[in-house]
Amino acid sequence: MLDVIGSALVNVLSGTHLLYMLLGVAVGLLVGILPGLGGIAGMSILLPFIYGMDTISALALLIGLLAVVPTGDTFTSVLMGIPGSAASQATILDGFPMAKRGEAARALSAAFFSSMLGGIFGAVVLTAFVVVARPVILAFSSAELFMLTVLGLAMVGVLSGSSFVKGLLSCALGLLLGFVGAAPATGEWRLVLGMDYLVDGLPLVVVALGIFAIPEIIDLMRRNRAIAEAASLGRGWLQGIRDTLREWAIVLRCSGIGCLIGAMPGLGGSVADWMAYGHTVQLAKDKSQFGRGDVRGVLAPESANNAVAGGALVPTLLFGIPGSGSTAIFLGGLVLLGIQPGIMLVETQLDLVYTIIWTLAIANVIGAGLCVAVSPFVARLTTLPYAYVAPFMLMIIFFAAYQATSDWGDILALIAIGVLGLYMRRFGWPRPPLIIGFVLAEGAENYLYQAIQFQGWAWLWRPGVLIIAAVTLVSLWAGSRYGGGSTVDEGGASGRVRDRRAQLLFTVFMMATFAYAIVDLLRWSFLAKGLPLAVAALAFAGALLAAGVILRGAPTNALIFDTEAEAPRNMASAARYVGWLAALLAASALLGFVIGLALFFAAFLHFEARAPAWRNALLTASAVLFLAGMSHVFVLDFPRGLLQQVVEMPWPFR
Amino acid sequence: MRNRALRSLGAAVIGVALAAVALAPAQAGAADFQGKTVEFVVPFPTAGGSDVWARFFAPFLAEELPGKPTVVVKNAPGGGSITGTNQYVQRARPDGLSILGTSGSTQLPYLLDDARVRYELKELVPVLVSPTGGVVYVNPELGAKDARDIGKLRGRKMKYGSQGPTSLDLVPVLAFEIMGLDVDPVFGLARGPARLAYERGESLIDYQTSSAYLRNVVPLIKAGKAVPLFSWGVLNDKGEFTRDPTFPDLPHFAEAYEMAYGKKPSGTAYEAYKAFVVAGFAAQKPIFLPKGTPQDVVDTYVKALDRVVKRPDFKEKAGKELGDYEQAVGPAARQAMRVALGIDPEAKAWVKDWLTRRFQVKFDKK
Repeated sequence: MLDVIGSALVNVLSGTHLLYMLLGVAVGLLVGILPGLGGIAGMSILLPFIYGMDTISALALLIGLLAVVPTGDTFTSVLMGIPGSAASQATILDGFPMAKRGEAARALSAAFFSSMLGGIFGAVVLTAFVVVARPVILAFSSAELFMLTVLGLAMVGVLSGSSFVKGLLSCALGLLLGFVGAAPATGEWRLVLGMDYLVDGLPLVVVALGIFAIPEIIDLMRRNRAIAEAASLGRGWLQGIRDTLREWAIVLRCSGIGCLIGAMPGLGGSVADWMAYGHTVQLAKDKSQFGRGDVRGVLAPESANNAVAGGALVPTLLFGIPGSGSTAIFLGGLVLLGIQPGIMLVETQLDLVYTIIWTLAIANVIGAGLCVAVSPFVARLTTLPYAYVAPFMLMIIFFAAYQATSDWGDILALIAIGVLGLYMRRFGWPRPPLIIGFVLAEGAENYLYQAIQFQGWAWLWRPGVLIIAAVTLVSLWAGSRYGGGSTVDEGGASGRVRDRRAQLLFTVFMMATFAYAIVDLLRWSFLAKGLPLAVAALAFAGALLAAGVILRGAPTNALIFDTEAEAPRNMASAARYVGWLAALLAASALLGFVIGLALFFAAFLHFEARAPAWRNALLTASAVLFLAGMSHVFVLDFPRGLLQQVVEMPWPFR
Repeated sequence: MRNRALRSLGAAVIGVALAAVALAPAQAGAADFQGKTVEFVVPFPTAGGSDVWARFFAPFLAEELPGKPTVVVKNAPGGGSITGTNQYVQRARPDGLSILGTSGSTQLPYLLDDARVRYELKELVPVLVSPTGGVVYVNPELGAKDARDIGKLRGRKMKYGSQGPTSLDLVPVLAFEIMGLDVDPVFGLARGPARLAYERGESLIDYQTSSAYLRNVVPLIKAGKAVPLFSWGVLNDKGEFTRDPTFPDLPHFAEAYEMAYGKKPSGTAYEAYKAFVVAGFAAQKPIFLPKGTPQDVVDTYVKALDRVVKRPDFKEKAGKELGDYEQAVGPAARQAMRVALGIDPEAKAWVKDWLTRRFQVKFDKK
């Protein structure tokens, strides 16, 4: 075996293979940095090019990309407060406050260094595990997989911030959003509001960008200055590495969590960063700084999300069943290359497996190095006035959201969820539980149903189930031991809010949403409504309770919260920027995305940034060129408007 | 073997000669694609079975179409392929620059009158059909050694992982029903996870399509963890089922039925099964041109695809990726689609009624 490992290394480092890996790494970092585009988008982009390439080069290209997406996406999460891809959502919670405080350099170096370690850990696990993992993976039946989703949902406890009730409601809302669409068991269309778009369910990219990015962009636009309160990146590069080494235990544990979550088919790697983050908060002695810029809150998700790739490749290679979204596409790539994933691959082509592993490890090191090298330039974005940054961000987010299913529904859903996120932020409804609920909804429902169908109620007494249940209870206990006082997400003070009407209205709106869910679900067969209906009913009761507290509760109750009540009067209103979003939407619906966006750019830069005409023209032109370039290189479409339906337009305006 | 090779060589020579003759006017006419880009629309996500199939064909097609155009695969996923197909039918122009690759998952909702379907498959022009097959296998602990022992399985409750009652997996569930097996499908499992559930011992009976079977089930059989019972079989020129060339040692469904019960299967249920197994497997992946495509463009495609499937390098790679199946081109493709889409109204009504009875599927009145 050792000689195979050695010859695989020589293979990876020889000839053009290294070059292809670098290309993969470069594309991976780029899609990672661009908000909303992640491993799935990157893999889809590269896939058409691998046909006819030699096997090792093609593997180097794909794995190079797969390895570093969760390294590159850190930039956006830390510097902009926007998830660079689904893998780095939890990094925002502490990374972004650090950047605002002027500690961007420290946060980034800690993130890159721990990403690298996590990635290498994943590669090591894959090396040892790939030969023996089969029985381990087979030991997780639908019952154990269901319990793992429950363990994931238990993380909501520490991610709820000051109000546990709101955290649960937010999680319930996320679950219900995840249940939208054709029921996995029967195909009945639940909660679809009569829209065909919703039948397939909401895409994760759209929900993540809507709930995190849109509110953040609007908030920054309202403040209208640079993101970083301190003008520089700070000098914490070495500090970040020291932090990582000091907290080696967190890095090691979270890498392990990342690997495990990655290796479970159907759980989806996108929950690994949250599980790692939640777990770290639970075990921390001093929780007071989480959500306000605790470096441990950066180390945990970053070491986990890079380790996911190593874990996710285990079932991909062993069973031909992907462990995450991007490995699903990687699997298709393998088949295109004429490689048949499955147990035979590991038994007969072990050299290929070790080529993949070496590429994974080396790409992680190179990716982290490149990130450190380009950081000073990327980080300057945080010192620009935000009115110049915002239209670019909106452009990329709209474009990325549309790539989810190439449907106008993507953009409408993005804005609807964005507005929801805006109000959740304002009224102190924590958003991480919503994402956790959303990500786990499908797995929870599917696996619960399958466990009952396959095993009857006997599934409850399986040893694996009991063990995971015990871990869940311990983790809940550990999280609550310190009184759940950590202020993850939405910082800011509650209490002493005089005018409670706005938040009452929002809570009533939530009640109405849950009520709608109950009414809609009642129509369907038991298999399509069991778990969703239970969630909706509990959520309705919870919302009723919350409304009661807001109406009558003492002013110090943590439930009562409204940032607007204390907002400085000189801040522009949120409605104004929602108006800008609507304007972009309307212009694109009429004239198509490219023309609509150009008009939006020119108008926004003129009125909001008060840019001089020449600069305005230059920026608008570069935005259009960027879009055209993206669409050309990656063969991507833009949303079409009314104009395009009536008149045949020349590229790129069609 | 030698005979077959000679015959296909001969056919190839004739094909090339025919093409050469046909090409002379074609090049002067509309069907020259030099400098053009052909969009190969696949209404499924990247890296799925249909996507891999289309990407496999694309480079060959690009080389064989006159003028060597660029062929790009474009995924338009959603609604289990209904959304993308609707969109294609609405938007594609009959100029040969936009072709569609569908699958059994597109044909089944069409046959079952799904309300979302806004495409009339009979109006599209099929130029190629790729068949595939599938094999049913069971857990050896049930005691069956081959199809003759199917009778022994009667009365045994068996779980089966299925995508959903109206998905492609309705074919196997129907087959189990006709076989008289007591199979209880657990819905919501794609083929991969369903196989994993089988390996974990959660389900006792399963099937996989040809390529996945060769890749992942054959090792299980060798390890004594699975027993193959029968394949779906393929249709011959006369529209009769014969053994699947990829699995010549396995009986096809009707044969297995006869081995188990000593008579041929018959009745409305069997008629319905035949129609759906063709739409789902024997004519699984067609390439379509839009409605109203001019004859010269259709001919150009048929000839190009004919050359593709006769290329030795295509055959070599296809055996590994698509299984050992005869690709139906031109008239054969039209014939296959006619069988696949021309379901007898009585059989269709029976299937709908059966789905409602057994799985409470509700059908909208059309």
